[in-house]
Amino acid sequence: MSTPNDAPPRIGVDEWVARSGERRDRGSGPSAAIVRALERVGWWQRLAVIAAIVALFPLLTSSDYAVRVGVNTLLLATLALGLNVVVGWTGLLDLGYVAFYGFGAYGFALLSSNQLGSSGIHLPSLLAIVIVVVAAALLGLLLGLPSRRLQGDYLAIVTLFFGQIFVETVTNVAPKVTGGPNGVVGIDPLNFFGLEVTTTRGYFYVLLIVTVVIMGALHLIDSSRTGRGWRAVREDPLAAALMTIPVNKVKLLAFSVGAAVAALAGTIFAAFQAGAYPTDFDTPFLILVYAGVILGGSGSIAGAVLGATVVSVTLELLRNPSQAATLFYGLILLTLVVRVRPWRKLGAVLAALVAFGFAVHAVIGAISASAVAGHPRSGGWVGDALGSWVVVPADPKGPGNIAFVVLILGLVALVQLKGTARTVLLVPLLYLAAFVWETRLVAEASITRQILLGAILIVMMNARPQGLLGSKRVEVL
Amino acid sequence: MTRPLLELDHVTLAFGGLHAVEDLSIAVGEGEIVSLIGPNGAGKTTLFNLITGVYAPTSGDIRVAGRSIAGLAPHRIAGLGVARTFQTLRLFVNMSVKENVMAATYGHTSARMWQSVLRTPKARREEREVNALAEEVLGFFSQRLMGYRWDQPAYSLSYANRRRLEIARAMATRPRVLLIDEPAAGMNPQETHEITDLIARLRDERGYTILAIEHDMHVVEGISDRVIALDHGQKIAEGSFEAVATNPLVVEAYMGRGTAVTKG
Repeated sequence: MSTPNDAPPRIGVDEWVARSGERRDRGSGPSAAIVRALERVGWWQRLAVIAAIVALFPLLTSSDYAVRVGVNTLLLATLALGLNVVVGWTGLLDLGYVAFYGFGAYGFALLSSNQLGSSGIHLPSLLAIVIVVVAAALLGLLLGLPSRRLQGDYLAIVTLFFGQIFVETVTNVAPKVTGGPNGVVGIDPLNFFGLEVTTTRGYFYVLLIVTVVIMGALHLIDSSRTGRGWRAVREDPLAAALMTIPVNKVKLLAFSVGAAVAALAGTIFAAFQAGAYPTDFDTPFLILVYAGVILGGSGSIAGAVLGATVVSVTLELLRNPSQAATLFYGLILLTLVVRVRPWRKLGAVLAALVAFGFAVHAVIGAISASAVAGHPRSGGWVGDALGSWVVVPADPKGPGNIAFVVLILGLVALVQLKGTARTVLLVPLLYLAAFVWETRLVAEASITRQILLGAILIVMMNARPQGLLGSKRVEVL
Repeated sequence: MTRPLLELDHVTLAFGGLHAVEDLSIAVGEGEIVSLIGPNGAGKTTLFNLITGVYAPTSGDIRVAGRSIAGLAPHRIAGLGVARTFQTLRLFVNMSVKENVMAATYGHTSARMWQSVLRTPKARREEREVNALAEEVLGFFSQRLMGYRWDQPAYSLSYANRRRLEIARAMATRPRVLLIDEPAAGMNPQETHEITDLIARLRDERGYTILAIEHDMHVVEGISDRVIALDHGQKIAEGSFEAVATNPLVVEAYMGRGTAVTKG
């Protein structure tokens, strides 16, 4: 019997037990009231409200840089939405996904610049976008063909190879056409019936519309025959086939849809930066898209967008050493608070850490003045606060490198140890982490960004394995 | 026997030199309930895999309502009215109970992706029909798969309910022939008893022709119009339950040749 929503089931009956997860997720108090209110309105009203709030963002800031971050975030979000179809719903580990993004960018570039022919090709933007997206969908179909027989990691290797082929092709094969390592420059801006999009804000709104439309379309597909087919294939391809689902066709369709979405993002990206360069479509970028999908919760539309936003904004914050330092120490502190229990032990670790630092600083300072002559690389209040706690040599590079290796070995040792020994080792290791951070990591911003993002992912996935908005998945029963 | 709905005609399946099924001929009449018995490794599940297209026969022919299905893709065979359940449950565990059933209507619906996005009248009508079918099929199991359970993930169901959901999902493919692989495995006596009634109802109320693999001889006795015994991929006996159960070849297949000494 279906119970009406306003009458909760009696405590202890089957239905009450079955809904325990729901109650726990929702909790009580004001935040739960907001969640409940949101649940009462339909999904498209929710989408519209969130889109309207996001649309206000460029109006509230005067910084072109901030809007530019917004554009990159929306691009990553769109890409994550497309990847979610392939990976999150259909369960195909596609590591060549970014090639379709590049295909879209290069396709649009060639159809909207002076690159081809004597005076170039300058198609109307809409026409160029439609051509490129359709071509990408067909290409997706073609590259999806191996997926008919390959599963799991085998498919991953083959698609990774496709991704590399794309970068190699545009870099080396026909430099006259694709511009080789220099890429294609001088791409026309988007132009819709005479209305040219030239400002960062303009691109922000174009992308916002694209993202929202894709979210809406994907939501409708998810709850349709096609969406059920995709997820059934993810869950059990053999059972799906025996339940009348043409598995190969369904897989190819997923590849195709993912490719089309990625290519659409690519066309706008090319128009936005007025150029297409091979390095924009390499594997590290693929990892960011994956990070977005996984962090947000594989299989969730809103999760893909939220995850991409978190990844994009975090990476942007990490560009600035002082913000990066706040994030780094904040992450460590958060992990300690969550993992070190009871609080007396936590307090002891923190107190020992502070004392340990000052002691080390005093001892080393007494031995050699130059060994503590440097200043912490983290700027801002964090750097000032750590001035007489963390040791920074005048020439930090060598000691920093050695400390980095020691730190990694120490972490390996830490996870092997149990009980008191682990707690005791934690103190010098934390200090060592601070040392490595202040001497080396902060100085190598581009590498540190990747390491920190990885650390954030690990911490997040430990705390919530299904991702921010994902639902818990069971692998085997 | 009425007109045979499912026929296996001298079917052989060889993996290299190993003949998993050898020269097997079986006919199941429309509306009949036939049980397959035999020791582990006799080729019962392999036979199901052959009929549903997981394997293509090395030689011989398989027909449903006179139409040859040997060598067709599994989803085509399912679309022609052959559905099955699995001995080791293979539900779409991370989909809701209702979605599990709705997914199995894929072959009988035709709304394209763009029609679902634009919510064309056709797509909406199909979705309504699929919904109604799912609710009707789940209702077949009285209250066990009803109400709040519709929206629960399949993994949250009890073992017995998962077995029921497998049958419901097979029913949603609109089968004519239903292959049921060990429906009573892992069930308690009460549930086993229910399964016996359920299989009879599947034939009487839904008109399915049923081929069932079962080890529990009480269930076999309770449901079968006819019993077929397999060993080493070959048919060793066929007939009524009593005739097959007392057949010396069947006894030998289960117990071994008369070397055992009976206690006095």
